[in-house]
Amino acid sequence: MSTAAPTSPPKRVITTKPRFSDKVFRAIVTAGGLSSLVVLALIAFFLVYNGLDVFRSEGLKFLTGFDWIDASPEEGLPAQYGIGAMLYGTLVIGFLAVLFGVPIAVGAALFLSYYAPEWIKKPMVVVVDVMAAIPSVVFGLWGFFILMPHAEYWAKLIHKYLGFIPFFDMPAPAFTRSPFIAGLVLAIMIIPIVTSISREIFAQTPLDRIQAAYALGATKWSMIKAVVFPYGAGGIVGGAMLGLGRALGETVAVYTVLNLVYDIRIEVLLSAGGSVASMIVNKFGEADAPELRALMAAGFVLFLVTLLVNFIANIIINRTARKG
Amino acid sequence: MSTSLAPQVLPEKPWRPTFKRVLPDLFGALLTAVSTVLIVAVTPLKGKLGFSLTLIVMALVFSVLISGIRKDKKAAFNSVSTVFVYIAATFVLIPLFSILYEIYSRGVGALTWGIFTKDMSLSSADAPVSEGGLLHAIIGTLYLVAIATIISAPVGLLTALYIVEVKGRAAGLVRFFVQAMSGVPSIVAGLFIYAVWMIGLGNSYNAGAGAAALAILMIPTVARTSEEVLRLIPPDLREAGLALGATQWRTVAMIILPAARSGLITAIILGIARVAGETAPLLLTIGGADAINLNPFSGNSSALPYYVWKNLSLGNPESIERAWAGVMVLMLLVFIFFTLARYFSGKRAGR
Repeated sequence: MSTAAPTSPPKRVITTKPRFSDKVFRAIVTAGGLSSLVVLALIAFFLVYNGLDVFRSEGLKFLTGFDWIDASPEEGLPAQYGIGAMLYGTLVIGFLAVLFGVPIAVGAALFLSYYAPEWIKKPMVVVVDVMAAIPSVVFGLWGFFILMPHAEYWAKLIHKYLGFIPFFDMPAPAFTRSPFIAGLVLAIMIIPIVTSISREIFAQTPLDRIQAAYALGATKWSMIKAVVFPYGAGGIVGGAMLGLGRALGETVAVYTVLNLVYDIRIEVLLSAGGSVASMIVNKFGEADAPELRALMAAGFVLFLVTLLVNFIANIIINRTARKG
Repeated sequence: MSTSLAPQVLPEKPWRPTFKRVLPDLFGALLTAVSTVLIVAVTPLKGKLGFSLTLIVMALVFSVLISGIRKDKKAAFNSVSTVFVYIAATFVLIPLFSILYEIYSRGVGALTWGIFTKDMSLSSADAPVSEGGLLHAIIGTLYLVAIATIISAPVGLLTALYIVEVKGRAAGLVRFFVQAMSGVPSIVAGLFIYAVWMIGLGNSYNAGAGAAALAILMIPTVARTSEEVLRLIPPDLREAGLALGATQWRTVAMIILPAARSGLITAIILGIARVAGETAPLLLTIGGADAINLNPFSGNSSALPYYVWKNLSLGNPESIERAWAGVMVLMLLVFIFFTLARYFSGKRAGR
């Protein structure tokens, strides 16, 4: 036997030229594959192109201003378009949705992964999938007629007992169509996606670590704390951000359960909130040409924000999934 | 197999909790139930909210007490988390069942044969529900879904093929952007189509524009599901095709796609279920109508989600009743698609 280290044979190079049919095939598939990139670029281009005038005339005030006033030529006043209050309101309801929804979704994912007996687990996974397929207009209708009376009562209780906290203060007794209720509806809407992503990530937790933790005498909760959460932290954060992205872009359900007011208020129980997406629907019907351009600009801002949130979420999830 | 020479031994499961070990938990549950009923009866806590809050608090108290006394602090933490996890699972189910129940109980009354055969062109908004119907909305939705599928199914499929089969230079990038595209707000898709179709090309509202907006939302679902399906095709099939001297094009067309067929159908149906109920982009693109419009590329048209939305905003009791009926029909449609998708994906798993 020779003592020389075995060397791997040189890599073979394929020298055959691809057939004509393959060239055509690859060209078509590549064109189709790249079309989604093109669509995203086109969306950005057309929204910016149509909103350019507004971005130019309003400048940074478009993001910070509170006023949405059409030009009135008879009084000689120029139009003022600012989505500051709406942007703030969007973030508030998105934050509330994550605050209410993510703990429940993660708890449900833990239940499905580690607590549920097999006969509950399978139907419940289907049920969560079904929930993800419910259209947003249905959530709007249900939120308005069924949830709102209950949520109004809860809001009154919160105000009664926690009213000394500025967030729960009420300048006027109007408890319906508040950011609190919109946050609740959005929380229910994002629970399915956060649950399924957390569950997928939990499923990738290495089994030997889980068994090692049990063998060392860990209770179920200590095992989850020591093994599942450290491995799945990225998945939970990423899932929560995907849910946030959905909540920020949600239009119809929010429009039905939220009263749009062009003002920044910290009282979340008060019937006054904002949402960029709902504002677009609200103003679209009677918009004239300049206002339409302002709506395009608002749409572009919404597009950028949700795209950014989704980018970060997907990076975190992909990294966690690869590690697991 | 042997003819039972060995005595029949039932499989034992030594890890299964014995009755004695379950007893404390049962005892705790009993204590929780009894004390909750007592507390609600004695104190001014009333209603469903008071009852469920008391139930949660009592469940926590007794599980902590029992496991804490029997074992140690760690066991107490464990039982707190167990209670929390069960509560979370319940909270996920409550809204869903409430939604399904309310849709059924409020929508079923208006569900007559008439609403499937008539449109709203001859009935005013505040006419009783027995007058008029939503045939125009059903036809509009079918048009929208059909055109959106014709656009997005090939694009989504080609995207998946590009990522899995061709493995082009930009495959990772495309995959990443398709993931991000699935988070594009539906209203933005509507605005985009409005900017191109109405402002740019000077057309007016029609179902084709709505379908284009829906296609943008449908492509990512189709592409991502098809990608997963194609990845599940064993590489042996691919290599066998190539080893027989087939070109890549023939391998994909004659081997990969037929093998993945039911999964790809699932992908398309899931995409349809995703967009069939979209409302926001339709508000900006299809214009809405009360009569049946059989031409998807000219004239205003309606759709089921649009019908629900319009009746909800009209606000009189008859319209609200119509909205619930519309929601019921819409949900039935979505569930049909969803069941079809599960049926086809189940077929794949069975093979």
